[in-house]
Amino acid sequence: MQYQSQAVAKPYFIAAIALFVGQIIFGLIMGLQYVVGDFLFPEIPFNVARMVHTNLLIVWLLFGFMGATYYLIPEESETELFSPKLAIITFWVFLAAGVATVIGYLAVPYATLAKFTGNDLLATMGREFLEQPLPTKVGIVIVVLSFIFNVIMTMLKGRKTAISLVLVLGLVGLAVFFLFSFYNPHNLVKDKYYWWWVVHLWVEGVWELILGAILAFVLIKVTGIDREVVEKWLYVNYHDIDYRHYRYRSPLLLDRCTSLLASLGQRVLGT
Amino acid sequence: MATRFTKSMARNIFFGGSLFFLLLFLALTFDTNQKLPKRDNSQNLTASVIHGKKLWETNNCIGCHTLLGEGAYFAPELGNVYVRRGPDFIKAWIKAQPTGAPGRRQMPQFNFTEQELEDLVQFLKYTSEINTNNWPPNIEG
Repeated sequence: MQYQSQAVAKPYFIAAIALFVGQIIFGLIMGLQYVVGDFLFPEIPFNVARMVHTNLLIVWLLFGFMGATYYLIPEESETELFSPKLAIITFWVFLAAGVATVIGYLAVPYATLAKFTGNDLLATMGREFLEQPLPTKVGIVIVVLSFIFNVIMTMLKGRKTAISLVLVLGLVGLAVFFLFSFYNPHNLVKDKYYWWWVVHLWVEGVWELILGAILAFVLIKVTGIDREVVEKWLYVNYHDIDYRHYRYRSPLLLDRCTSLLASLGQRVLGT
Repeated sequence: MATRFTKSMARNIFFGGSLFFLLLFLALTFDTNQKLPKRDNSQNLTASVIHGKKLWETNNCIGCHTLLGEGAYFAPELGNVYVRRGPDFIKAWIKAQPTGAPGRRQMPQFNFTEQELEDLVQFLKYTSEINTNNWPPNIEG
């Protein structure tokens, strides 16, 4: 570790791993419910297990992105983090919000949770992957914005590399597209259309940018390849990681093989 | 090739390409929104339908069912359930849950009032009348 403030990444990684374990446990519960339909019913109905499972995934991935960013941005910028204190505060806020949300899912019926968390003020709940109560959604926005502020301020006072540029672009996109989770029109078609702006443009859009940048950093560190080469391919290649996995039905054997590899890679990377 | 293809070219492809596709995406979104009224059945968005949608959301129905192909695939597709089963069956089914049949998948009891059941049925009717080009292709989703 070259910079002291990189240490703020540690609690993020610990939390990410812990939440990932939680995700696996609830995934196994759901898997069992497919085989034994009434397993844990009515204590943990399938929809609750699924919601906990997918929301834990989203939160641990965000913890992972944030921790990785806090680790690599001081090295990329060649300076200490703008505010390690802010990074630790946002960590605890995010963890508390995440844990409280999961407890809410498990402890009370979803309709009760909606009633007591202001869903009548602004109805945003009950859409796939966007089940979080309003306070949690607002909390995610505040945490992500203060995180991006911290990262950009660090970048501004130090070196600006292609890796940190692509990373920040991905993070800003993540914040912007999440805002569409607050838009829930009565018109079901429009609802689903803009729901997709969060869900699809996160997974297939900005997450790929973030992962690509992190991967580029790791490649430089682990293999010692020339930065110029890695950054060049970071610019053009993320689109490839992004869409290859759709080509598994291609008549071209090469396409099928690379699609398989890309899919495996994505599984490894957790998308 | 490696010597000809420089990092600044790669950067230009990245930013130029991203901007181009973002603008194309926004143009397509605009076009989609222009064409929606012809097929999204929004003329039938009554107060009852709107309340039904809210009940659908606040009871996390999407956590087990799919609606127009999107959702959890644990329980049947409901975008076409109004056509497949009709209003009376839907109400009776919801009221009869859970079945308690051992080993079978269970749907919780939501204790809806008659008015809430009617609103849900109206929401499912509205949904079934959206022109989706027959999506999803499989009747049970």
